[in-house]
Amino acid sequence: MRRVISILLENEAGALSRVAGLFSARGYNIESLTVAPTDDPTLSRMTLVTSGSDAILEQITKQLNKLVDVVKLMDLTDGGHIQRELMLVKVQAVGASREEVKRLVDIFRGHIIDVTESVYTIEMTGDSEKLDAFLEALQVTEIIEVVRSGISGIGRGERALHV
Amino acid sequence: MELTGADIIVRCLRDEGIEYIFGYPGGAALHIYDALYKQEDVKHVLVRHEQGATHAADGYARATGKPGVVLVTSGPGVTNTITGIATAYMDSIPMVVISAQVPTHLIGDDAFQEVDAVGITRPCVKHNFLVKDVRDLASTIKKAFYIAASGRPGPVVVDVPKDVTANKTEYIYPQNLVMRSYSPVTKGHPKQIRRAVGLLCEAKRPMIYSGGGIVLSESSDKLTEFVRLMGFPCTNTLMGLGAFPASDPLFVGMLGMHGTYEANMAMHECDVLLALGARFDDRITGELKKFCPHATIIHVDIDPSSIGKNVPVEIPIVGDAGVVLQDMIRTVKNGGPQPNPDNIADWWKQIEVWRSVDSLSFDRDSDLIKPQLVIEKLCELTGGDAFVTSDVGQHQMWAAQHYKFDVPRRWINSGGLGTMGFGLPAAMGVQLAHPDSTVACVTGEASIIMCIQELSTCKQYDLPIKVINLNNRYMGMVRQWQEFFYDRRYSHSYMDALPDFVALAESFGHLGVRVEKPGDVDGALRDALKSDRLVFMDFITDQTENVYPMIAAGKGHHEMHLNPGTGEKAQERELA
Ligand SMILES: Cc1ncc(C[n+]2csc(CCOP(=O)(O)OP(=O)(O)O)c2C)c(N)n1
Repeated sequence: MRRVISILLENEAGALSRVAGLFSARGYNIESLTVAPTDDPTLSRMTLVTSGSDAILEQITKQLNKLVDVVKLMDLTDGGHIQRELMLVKVQAVGASREEVKRLVDIFRGHIIDVTESVYTIEMTGDSEKLDAFLEALQVTEIIEVVRSGISGIGRGERALHV
Repeated sequence: MELTGADIIVRCLRDEGIEYIFGYPGGAALHIYDALYKQEDVKHVLVRHEQGATHAADGYARATGKPGVVLVTSGPGVTNTITGIATAYMDSIPMVVISAQVPTHLIGDDAFQEVDAVGITRPCVKHNFLVKDVRDLASTIKKAFYIAASGRPGPVVVDVPKDVTANKTEYIYPQNLVMRSYSPVTKGHPKQIRRAVGLLCEAKRPMIYSGGGIVLSESSDKLTEFVRLMGFPCTNTLMGLGAFPASDPLFVGMLGMHGTYEANMAMHECDVLLALGARFDDRITGELKKFCPHATIIHVDIDPSSIGKNVPVEIPIVGDAGVVLQDMIRTVKNGGPQPNPDNIADWWKQIEVWRSVDSLSFDRDSDLIKPQLVIEKLCELTGGDAFVTSDVGQHQMWAAQHYKFDVPRRWINSGGLGTMGFGLPAAMGVQLAHPDSTVACVTGEASIIMCIQELSTCKQYDLPIKVINLNNRYMGMVRQWQEFFYDRRYSHSYMDALPDFVALAESFGHLGVRVEKPGDVDGALRDALKSDRLVFMDFITDQTENVYPMIAAGKGHHEMHLNPGTGEKAQERELA
């Protein structure tokens, strides 16, 4: 099963490597991992996407909780939540496809943030499925480069993770 | 008054109540060594290899319950500690390792004797720190001791760059510590505890399986009280020996790969299993698919990640084993569910039949020294009350099987990592902690060589350790596996050029004795135990002896390999 886990951890040197090291040492999957400081500069917030059997997922949360730098964590997939990912895409934009790409960007509510005679650079946010769908649609032209941030997640409504 | 970082480290150790530290100097650590020189509160023990320092600190910790402390220099000083840190980590031993680091402005430059200590130790520590500012030094050391000794204990590394040890700041050692990211739970859930006691009282074939967690949580008295209150059979893991008295009739011996017939059979047949401070290690469970097929399992552990990791558990209880046991005792005593001896009378009858197989028996009429005999004699002559450290191999298993430990912290061995070389340096830490007690190091001729240099430390500090070298001229445990599973192809399990151990011990300034006949075992041990010096006893033992019972890979607890004599007996008894 695929799980999105949100983690608050001490903003200490090495905290990220403890999480990454845990996953490699125990052979757990990491699909994506994002991390940045929060409004409280002593805390970092991490969103980690992983998958495994129920037993493995239980171990993953327990092992993460066991890390001394981890303050709190929440499995977002346990309840209502929102996932967003940022993607930057550079594509060929010449001839007929130039118009076509622009239309697609509008339909998917992205932005063209850099333009040359032959290239568009596009910014798009959304959940991962939307970004996948957009890439699929972009087959009308040649994709030069794709940069995806990995998921950031947050609980819906009152559901919050804070100290 | 402002102190240098080096002085602060030493003051912290003093204020933490540290009596001994084990270490080895070098460039980056010189300020700290200078600070040590100027005081007498904290005694430094100079080892001969940094691995020895970690094992000695570890032995000290296991024998006392207090954290062991290590001080090493940067680079090779740190890399030499890795085996010892990993050993402590696997057995949850509280330890603080202070490693010196190159000055902060050189970090990352591949400076002389630079190694990324935090990175290289990360997978085998409970936590680690790099202190970049002298103002954080005291509070970091406080945290290190707190983390090392609380919850599920473990080693913590504090890496301190040389310039930080020279910089000055006001010294304040924090009294209390609250960490928002770390606060281990000690009290178990009351409802779960009641459920567990209820289940145990209804069991027809209950079993108590207790591990190193009982020793670590100082709850051996409570375990003993609870087991006696319930009248249940109790087994200890290799790490838990002594936590329940071996001489108590409720004790069925050690379980697992080399456990007794009765302990393993009882595991296989039990209907309710109470696991206390034990972690279902693969050397305990054997093949998981065949593990305790009839049992409902209750698991008490301070580490939530230990629960349900290898084996599904019906009643998980997160908490300190001692606190939970106290609550269980109270539940029974205050009118909760009551144990009923009639419920388990048949179970005990069955266990006594298994016990009568006498699975640890060995040939007492041999012309060769049987290693089991040496351990049995040692136990007899020390009244079962010596501190016994061991290395890893057959001798370790024989010591665990034949020395009857009645109290905790007497049996000191590397169970989790299985580190050859552990025994002698660990014995140094134990002997320093208990200068007037008998400390024996049971070892093999291959293991002892791995940290033999520490004989020199023993000389410097007059440590009268009794080294019991069960010399079978083989890496016996390796040879045993090769005999059983590789058609006797003894690939590299034999050493052709062993030293003369008597001469070797003497060259280090100790007494050496060679013992070649069974009749001389008693006398040699008696003489050694009377001596106030380190005595290295080289027992020339039967090369062909194997450790029984044994559970081979892929087998369950009921599929033990017994020694030929007891195997027949077991069959007869089962049929009867
Ligand atoms: C550092 C290390 N290397 C290798 C091993 C694998 N190993 C386990 S037991 C053993 C043989 C030990 O021989 P010895 O010390 O003579 O003890 P014996 O089994 O003969 O009693 C070996 C090589 C180990 N446990 N530790």
